[in-house]
Amino acid sequence: MGGQQRVYRERIRSTQSLKKIFRAMELIAASRIGKARSRVTAAAPYARALTRAVSAVATHSNVTHPLTTERTDTSRVAVLVATSDRGMAGAYSASAIREADKLIEKLTAEGKEIALYATGRRAVAFYSFRGRPIVRSWVGESDSPTVEMAQDVADVLLDAFTAPVDEGGVGELHIVYTQFVNMVTQVPRVIRMLPLEVVEGVAPVDEAEALPLYDFEPSAEEVLDSLLPRYVRSRIYSCLLQAGASELAARQRAMHTATENAEDLIRDYTRLANQARQSEITQEISEIVSGADALAGP
Amino acid sequence: MAQLDVDLVAADRKIWSGAATMVVAPAADGEMGILPGHSPVLAVLRAGEVRITPVSGEPLRGTIDSGFLSVDADRVTIVAASVALISGTPTR
Repeated sequence: MGGQQRVYRERIRSTQSLKKIFRAMELIAASRIGKARSRVTAAAPYARALTRAVSAVATHSNVTHPLTTERTDTSRVAVLVATSDRGMAGAYSASAIREADKLIEKLTAEGKEIALYATGRRAVAFYSFRGRPIVRSWVGESDSPTVEMAQDVADVLLDAFTAPVDEGGVGELHIVYTQFVNMVTQVPRVIRMLPLEVVEGVAPVDEAEALPLYDFEPSAEEVLDSLLPRYVRSRIYSCLLQAGASELAARQRAMHTATENAEDLIRDYTRLANQARQSEITQEISEIVSGADALAGP
Repeated sequence: MAQLDVDLVAADRKIWSGAATMVVAPAADGEMGILPGHSPVLAVLRAGEVRITPVSGEPLRGTIDSGFLSVDADRVTIVAASVALISGTPTR
């Protein structure tokens, strides 16, 4: 009987230390999320300036650019999946990967060949366990992506998009990431990044409204040449930032729930331990009493 | 006197914004000076030094890697992947 009590005590102790770990991770996530969110806001002016400039060029000149034109020479399609480096974030990575799988299934049904790119160890582990080749992956900074990493990601993907067919060129680029709506809602989303569609934020051109006539230095083609890759880079950066903020929010929530569950477990085990102790005492008393009765007998 | 409304923006944050009397930026084919009343322009910038003369306070100098500059009705936006200030104080 004493053994049972000891088992309960041990469980309580281990659950208590787990609870401390969960609590610590919740607090870490909570303290990082503020920074992640302010990074999302800090990157907004750059993205806005770029969008405005791109739409200015797009409305002022009829220049076609390789990045905006559909490629018909290849059926390869790049898919970038943004997940976290670590687990402990509830269904965060799982739902991004599920969304990616849905997309891959759809694209495969259209007869396309998938080239997988991944950020975050979870996606790498998921796909390599299933024996699916990943063309390129980036790990190590999923919750606070740097500009440099985003640039590297964007450069690799842009290179793939502009590469000739026999060097693994791709015709489209899709990005699966988790959009940060607010602290409780993060939605996995799929966007088609390349070829660039109608530029976002282009206000419908009002015929009566006189548009400022831009001069382009050195020329409209060259301005577009330099703008569009930047635009793609900034979009990819903002996707990664959103994914990072979502990861932290998901982790905070998951760890909060885990802490509460640990508390519940501790309560249950404490009750069981008390019950075990009480029944042991009861049994001892009845043993003593019956022993005394036997001795006191006639 | 008319003045320019300037934004200096790096990829991950806004570096400086405010009113200025003159902006000099390294355009792809030579330095380019912007004064109030400049015609709208979109210029590609190469790596080099940007100088902003604010309406008040000390002049701002910074090096950028490549980027671009847009001028539209006295609104100047300088965008670069990274900006390193040599002198002057960034606005928060």
